[in-house]
Amino acid sequence: MIHLDRVTRSYPGHPPRAVLAEVSLTVAAGEFVAIVGESGTGKSTLLNIVAGLDRPDSGSVSVAGIELTSLDDDARTRFRRDHVGFVFQAFHVLAHLTVAQNVALPLALLGRAGAEAGALVAAMLAAVGLGDRGASLPHELSGGELQRTAIARALVHRPAVVLADEPTGNLDPNNADRVLALLRDCVRAEGATCLLVTHSRHAAALADRRVVLTSAGIDPLVTAGAP
Amino acid sequence: MSARVLVWRAVSAGALARQHGRVLLAMGAIGLGVALGYAVTLVNASAANEVSAALRSLTGSADLQIRGPRNGFDEAIYPQVARDPDIAAASPVVEVDARLEARDEALRIVGIDAFRAAGVTPALVGDASDPLDHLRPGRIFLSPAAAQALAVAPGATLDVQSGLAAVPLLVAGVLPAASAQRIGVMDIAAAQDAFARTGRLSRIDLRLRPGAVPAMVAARLAAALPAGVTIATPAAYVDSTLRLSRAYRVNLDALALVALFTGGLLVYATQTLAVARRRAPLALVRALGLSRRALRWHLVAEGALVGLGAAVVGLAAGYGLAALSVRAFGGDLGAGYFRGVTPMLAIDVRIAVAFVVLGVVVAALGSYLPARAWAQAPLASALKAGERSTLAASTRLPRAALALVAAGVAATALPAVDDLPLAGYLAMALLLAGTLLALPWIAARTLAAIPVPRDVPLALALARLRATPAQAAVSLAAIVAAVALMVSMAIMVASFRHSLTAWLDAVLPADVYVRAAAAGDSGYLSADVQRRIATLPGVANVAFTRLQGVTITAGMPPVTLLARDLPAGDPTRALVLVAGPHAATGDAPALWVSEAVADAAGWHPGTRVDLPLAGRLQRFTVAGIFRDYARQQGALVLERDVYRRLTGDDLATEAAITLAPGSDVGTFTQELAAAVPEAARLTLATPAALRALSLRIFDRTFAVTYALLAVAIVIGLAGLSSAFAASIVTRRREFGVLRHLGMTRRQIARMLVAEGTLLTAVGLATGFVLGGALALILIHVVNRQSFHWSMDLTVPYPLLAALAVTLLAAAAATSLMSARPALRQEAIVAVKDDW
Repeated sequence: MIHLDRVTRSYPGHPPRAVLAEVSLTVAAGEFVAIVGESGTGKSTLLNIVAGLDRPDSGSVSVAGIELTSLDDDARTRFRRDHVGFVFQAFHVLAHLTVAQNVALPLALLGRAGAEAGALVAAMLAAVGLGDRGASLPHELSGGELQRTAIARALVHRPAVVLADEPTGNLDPNNADRVLALLRDCVRAEGATCLLVTHSRHAAALADRRVVLTSAGIDPLVTAGAP
Repeated sequence: MSARVLVWRAVSAGALARQHGRVLLAMGAIGLGVALGYAVTLVNASAANEVSAALRSLTGSADLQIRGPRNGFDEAIYPQVARDPDIAAASPVVEVDARLEARDEALRIVGIDAFRAAGVTPALVGDASDPLDHLRPGRIFLSPAAAQALAVAPGATLDVQSGLAAVPLLVAGVLPAASAQRIGVMDIAAAQDAFARTGRLSRIDLRLRPGAVPAMVAARLAAALPAGVTIATPAAYVDSTLRLSRAYRVNLDALALVALFTGGLLVYATQTLAVARRRAPLALVRALGLSRRALRWHLVAEGALVGLGAAVVGLAAGYGLAALSVRAFGGDLGAGYFRGVTPMLAIDVRIAVAFVVLGVVVAALGSYLPARAWAQAPLASALKAGERSTLAASTRLPRAALALVAAGVAATALPAVDDLPLAGYLAMALLLAGTLLALPWIAARTLAAIPVPRDVPLALALARLRATPAQAAVSLAAIVAAVALMVSMAIMVASFRHSLTAWLDAVLPADVYVRAAAAGDSGYLSADVQRRIATLPGVANVAFTRLQGVTITAGMPPVTLLARDLPAGDPTRALVLVAGPHAATGDAPALWVSEAVADAAGWHPGTRVDLPLAGRLQRFTVAGIFRDYARQQGALVLERDVYRRLTGDDLATEAAITLAPGSDVGTFTQELAAAVPEAARLTLATPAALRALSLRIFDRTFAVTYALLAVAIVIGLAGLSSAFAASIVTRRREFGVLRHLGMTRRQIARMLVAEGTLLTAVGLATGFVLGGALALILIHVVNRQSFHWSMDLTVPYPLLAALAVTLLAAAAATSLMSARPALRQEAIVAVKDDW
């Protein structure tokens, strides 16, 4: 599902700062992979490259059978719209839309509206335990509820890939556990592939596989799990 | 380094420079308001000073003046007054505005008795190489300003018109008066003889004996004066002269204040943007311990600084504008009140300081609102990126807004204050303030009524606006104010122009109009000339009019009396009646009065009034009130036969001629030239030419108004742009999330353009409704109370539609420009914008 081949990315500076150096990674369809590592080792950069938000300096990136490095900005936007769901650390639920409207947004962008979309949203909200909060505005929700809204939004259009960047970073431990479990269950229920970037060993332990990024690239010794 | 300097460096230094374009625009708006206000006030003050000085030089050391109507009063009054024991010196005067030959302008000629005048008004006694020139007929002394303007020197001959004849006057010398007024002085007997004023005086200047009390002497002498002849101090006369132009001056000042107010709204929008952009440093200094109050005043001081800079530049620009205006339009800015006066601009420090303070206060107020809003936001929320605090703003209709609007409506019913429409202006300000305060509520209600579109960017735009009515209000304030003022002026001007056109059509029913002189009051048509014109073969009908001045209220300027040959059977055919007609009886003939007279005197159809004519009070019945856009101080119309019977004056000033079938203006002109040898001095005009001239003057007068309002619209759009850009700055994460979710940059651009256009549409709708209300106040309150002109409401739909379309297009473009930073930014950076 996700295939990175010798991906290199550095940022301008004096001297330029190399973040990813010839990183190769393959993630199978339906796999839940945690990416861990110290700050500055390129976890988020890796996620951005997989999402088509950033481009590698060299190497190739293929997601859901699409080679991203050859796509222009509009094509990569369409790719995200069709194939990717996001869960952010800071939730990023749009404050001026209701919970249901936030969840319906990916469907609307895909041109899916009406009763069918409404049913999908309702089902997704029920799945994340927010079945009765569809009409609420984000400022009426707790942090855990906001992140559950974000998970529903990430999965409602059945994306091939879900990218989660520190999704529990703004939550207390109890909420963090519940949200992570929900994310894993929902991703599995929808048959999606998930890349989870986290600092938390506890969160990483829930993944099928753990990929450890170091300044030298992926550490094969501590990377665990199948395959 | 002091704490203030540190705070300045942390939150202000660089911030103003970074958005120097918007800051300069805000300064421009404030500066424009200050410049306009200062220029208008400076010109008005200088002109008023100059007029006062000119009048004082004419009245010299006179303690009292006896004045009569335009055609004067019986000179027999003079010896009676001169013999009064309290009078030290009495100087009889004849005043004539004599048309200059070959020019369409008049020169005021003052006829004096040099021996008497030397004791009261010595400045009117010129230096002559031969003292007998003061007594010789055909000699004139010019004021320095007149000699310069007419480019004549002693020894030259000046031809002026009397009746239809030319009177040559030899320039015998120049007056010592330093006044800038253009006048000529000649011997009183010679003036009476030359201008058919034999036995008549215009005024008598009186110097009292030491110890005499002017008020008591005036009261005693007034009792013996004939009707229509008044006695007052020269100062009272100066006041009544300046009063003529006061409403006009106040209206110009009000227009300047509008520009200043719009500038304040722009400062408001700019500071809102500046505060939004500095959330991080502002929150930081608060977190580090700077008090809420100190930070608020720091932000207000920023605005005040902008205002100070703008005001200082505005003062300089205002002085330049005043100098240019005086040169181009004269001391009355083209209104025609102070003809012949070219004021020297005199800088009054108090006026300058007042306008600087006004500019600073307006800018500080514009800064205070965003500073207060920011200071009230919870610090924890301010430390985070995003805008949650702005979303929870109340959208209930504020009671204060309702109260302001109600007070505004109530104020429209208040009368003029000292003849000024202050309540009308107050009503407009209250309605504007109430509407601006209610903008969040208006925006919420209007946006809620719009159906959700299927297109995602448009739907998101609508959802966003619905959720943030308070922010929408910030964006809308300047545009609503600008549109409302533009619409109100457009409706008022269209109504005025339409009414003026209809009035011109009604009052110009004849085929050709003949005036005895193009300017002044020295020309007239004698009975013989009238007969010759009436009997021309090409003339089917002729209606002569005699113009006179009549004082109906002591202390007020005289009104114009038009004694007319009115159409038999329908005397009001050439009048636009707004009240009446009312039947008159034989003992009190019909008198039609203009709206200005009806308002000032409280007359209405059926009122029986006493009018001073030929030194006696004559009783008339007010038969109707007519619309008159020509004479602001008021006019009266009566049958010429009645006038002739009561006064014996059978002269005419102008004639309205209906041509016989088959005749035309060219033929008539030839016949006139053959029958009246002096016809070259007559002024002929067709109704089409008079109509075109009137409308040209009208359009020129309001061209400046339109230009100013166009500036207001640009300022309004700039305000929208600033506020919109402020909103965009706080929404970087939102755009980042949307980019993550798969919205293209183009879709985000469409969303933002839709937001800007929708917002402007709401602003336009609000501005149009408010503008309509303000137009009604302008038409029915401000204009009525300022100039006593009524007009019929005319809405210029095509113009307003064009304005709306232009503004929407401009708003879309403005939104797109403001959105460019949002479209350029990287989505990754945007969603990382957390602390």
